[in-house]
Amino acid sequence: MSQALIVNEVVTPVLDKRTPAAFIRGATEEPLWVKYLLISTTVGFLTLFLFVPLLAVFTEAFRKGIGAYLNSFTDPSAIAAIKLTLITAGISVPLNLVFGLAAAWAIAKFEFWGKSILLTLIDLPFAVSPVISGLIFVLLFGMQGWLGPWLDSQGLQIIFAVPGIVLATIFITFPFVAREIIPLMQEQGTEEEQAAITLGASGWQTFWYVTLPNIRWALLYGVILCNARAMGEFGAVSVVSGHVRGKTNTIPLHVEILYNEYNFVAAFAVASLLALLALVTLAAKSIVESRIYQSVPKSLEPTSAEVARS
Amino acid sequence: MSIEVKHLTKTFGNFTALRDVSLRINDGELVALLGPSGSGKTTLLRIIAGLETADANPNSEINFHDTSVTGEPVGKRGVGFVFQHYALFRHMSVFDNIAFGLKVRPRRDRPTKNDIRDRVHQLLKLIQLEGFADRFPSQLSGGQRQRVALARAIAVEPQVLLLDEPFGALDAQVRKGLRDWLRRLHDEIHLTSVLVTHDQEEALEVADRVVVMNQSKIEQVGTPEEVFHHPASQFVMEFLGQVNVFHGRVSNGQAHLGDMAIDYPHYIAQQERAAKVYMRPHELDIKRVQNGVPGLPATVVRVNPAGSVAKVSLRTRDGVDIQVDVPFEHLSELGLTQGDNVFIYPKKARVFIPDFAI
Repeated sequence: MSQALIVNEVVTPVLDKRTPAAFIRGATEEPLWVKYLLISTTVGFLTLFLFVPLLAVFTEAFRKGIGAYLNSFTDPSAIAAIKLTLITAGISVPLNLVFGLAAAWAIAKFEFWGKSILLTLIDLPFAVSPVISGLIFVLLFGMQGWLGPWLDSQGLQIIFAVPGIVLATIFITFPFVAREIIPLMQEQGTEEEQAAITLGASGWQTFWYVTLPNIRWALLYGVILCNARAMGEFGAVSVVSGHVRGKTNTIPLHVEILYNEYNFVAAFAVASLLALLALVTLAAKSIVESRIYQSVPKSLEPTSAEVARS
Repeated sequence: MSIEVKHLTKTFGNFTALRDVSLRINDGELVALLGPSGSGKTTLLRIIAGLETADANPNSEINFHDTSVTGEPVGKRGVGFVFQHYALFRHMSVFDNIAFGLKVRPRRDRPTKNDIRDRVHQLLKLIQLEGFADRFPSQLSGGQRQRVALARAIAVEPQVLLLDEPFGALDAQVRKGLRDWLRRLHDEIHLTSVLVTHDQEEALEVADRVVVMNQSKIEQVGTPEEVFHHPASQFVMEFLGQVNVFHGRVSNGQAHLGDMAIDYPHYIAQQERAAKVYMRPHELDIKRVQNGVPGLPATVVRVNPAGSVAKVSLRTRDGVDIQVDVPFEHLSELGLTQGDNVFIYPKKARVFIPDFAI
């Protein structure tokens, strides 16, 4: 018993002397080589799969000089593709903004039967291959499809025409806005709205003055992502477009055609537009993200500092 | 403005939150709805506000000032509602929060900008937060937030003020301060107010009348004095304040606990029945020797002199724990220490026989 005590007294200080501070590691810290391995793997992966391709796009686009680069955009079919892309995004983004708000509102503020099914359905476009999404529309509205013959008799063409492209884009991009704001609205609950209503605000006033300001940054974030996807969507649009040059080609489809025609400079020049869009989206996204972070309220629990005050 | 509800029932799926509840609250009263969680008190408050609707029933009524408001939407009822977690508009300043109810009025009823500003500043003064107009809710402490929420609720000059556990999220000292402040405020503006709380001390201290609720029903309505000293049921007895419970037997107008007898003239039958005997800690006396009448023998377990009275814990021979409050003069007279064998005498006791109505 007394021996054990002595051993303890002697050993402890010796251990302390032999353990310089540099060798003491925090419990959650990894050894240095693990840290460097992880970092270099990440950087290597990013370089190979992101930076090199991005660089390649711009190098190829400018291979024959800035004149050839700019020339690629004066081609009427390129202008038509840009125009169609803007029209498509211009229709589908506002519609999905409204749809996303409505869906998020329903899911976050009400209890109803089938809520979890609706929540799952919103994710459907993420889960289904875009090509399948396009084929669904061909099946519905194509000449051999369910509604095709009737639409044709009315003189309406949806597949291989602009309406089909817009429809497919709406389908592909509808989860973006809803997905961004649902968790936020669920977290914020309905108390502020209830407070507004007891104070005599109408439903519209409550939405405009209370709900919308609370979700505006998340909403904008969703819109940015939705827009990026709407402009860049390839698979679904490719299936329904029919690739009619100057009529039903969006930017991504136009790039594919140019590339297949060995017109590399023009293909990469037009592709650089999409790459730029991606960069702008990323920048906007990170700005908005920081705003979302700022707008997350600090804990609404009481602080100890107030004890003295009250 | 008086509030009257009649025959309200509310079910959520299989759960019954209110079972045929009727209640009248007089003009200018401050009434506390007191009960454990799940007793239906918040549901009752939200139905009065119009935030919930009672189950459809031809007999049920909600009247403000003897006029039915059953079909009226929340915004038309003229209620000020204060939420437990404040529900302040987080993106608006304190000023805009308080002004909100005035700003959203239809143009013809809306005060001018100057009037709104004067009103808000008057309210800021009332809640002692002058100079905080430009702060945001996240820059305020919990107590300050709740005062802003109160100012926001009374800015629209409601007919009644409804408070749902307004101090529930605050710590004890802040709660005490705000509670006194609310009482003073009520004495100043005389707004008919209903306060939901699970804190019996809060209810007894603030309210003119206390409505004790349990299991979707009202157990008792009365002044704090009435519900505390004359509890109408076992539940009220057990819920309000500390109480010692003994299991005894009644017959011939007396309840028996061991050798001790307590008068209970309400039950004069000869047939013995089991009964519960309740005594509050301050209603018991400790004596070192029996003075002719039999007392309840017990052993001192602990003496805790921290507080306004000494709290003595004892244990009877049957292993029942008892709390007795002893004034300090008396404590030094007795000179109690752990392990002493003493006798307990009730100054006052209440007897309840299960399933027996007086």
